[in-house]
Amino acid sequence: MHLLYPLTLSALLFGVGTYALLARRNAVLVLMGVELMLNAVNLDLVAFDVWLRDTLRSGQVFALFVITIAAAEVGVALAIVLAVFRLRATVAIDELTDLGEPDALAAERLTGVELAKGADVS
Amino acid sequence: MTAAPITPVHPAPGYLAVSGAEVVFLLLGLVVLGAAVLCVTSRSVVRSALWLVLSLGGLAGCYLVLTAELVAVVQVLIYAGAVVVLLLFGLMFTRAPIGRSADVDTPNRPVAAVVGVAAAGLLAWLLVDAFRLSYLELPAAPTGTAEAIGAAVFRHYVLPFEVISVLLLAALIGALVLSRPDISTAEHR
Repeated sequence: MHLLYPLTLSALLFGVGTYALLARRNAVLVLMGVELMLNAVNLDLVAFDVWLRDTLRSGQVFALFVITIAAAEVGVALAIVLAVFRLRATVAIDELTDLGEPDALAAERLTGVELAKGADVS
Repeated sequence: MTAAPITPVHPAPGYLAVSGAEVVFLLLGLVVLGAAVLCVTSRSVVRSALWLVLSLGGLAGCYLVLTAELVAVVQVLIYAGAVVVLLLFGLMFTRAPIGRSADVDTPNRPVAAVVGVAAAGLLAWLLVDAFRLSYLELPAAPTGTAEAIGAAVFRHYVLPFEVISVLLLAALIGALVLSRPDISTAEHR
């Protein structure tokens, strides 16, 4: 098998995950994008491991470690999402703007959803 | 000092000579990619999670083609099983709308699409440029049997294994504290 088959699939999967990370509003759907990106990296690790015939099986062992860390990450992230939902009754990540700059937020509220580019916010 | 050019023992077959494993991998890759695209574009959040199951399951098939048996099994068990169930649990618990909803995407969706396509294109171009001539000779015997991976983990990667077990414990306690309000705010009352 040409090495490009798994590598290209992994690159495309990473792009799909990036899109989900930036475009989704629900925090759980953003997490799904992160999972897709982690899986793209895992495919690379396994492909390079088999290509190099590693006697230590580093790539596959690292893929297992990544899967473990992804499971831990999802557990903690869902706990955070549930805590946010309990406090704010929403998980829409573009509504959680308490740490944003007040001026920019006020300008954004005035102009609706579009960014206040060039507006006099000083 | 110049390194001698590496000449492969067997010249790699061209891209037009498609082997059986490549056909299987191509079909599985189409399933994985199609399910991933449907997962990130679906308007229904529950369907999105179910497309994710198909995508991650197809990826387990890709690992099997690459002869990484244990990683494929763990992928099905942890990802397609536990993680997606956890995500569905999170969706249900935050009272996500079951049917189609119009506002699952933020308004910066076109920018996100441009960034995603650019990232995928850049990565693919880089990898094609670097590994155009590399050929992965699939071994006859599986490289990733449970025996081989277990020996590698417990001989060479014992320390990372133990560190990861401590990390899992920390994540467990952290999730427990975060999801129980009576623990975290008990001192402030």
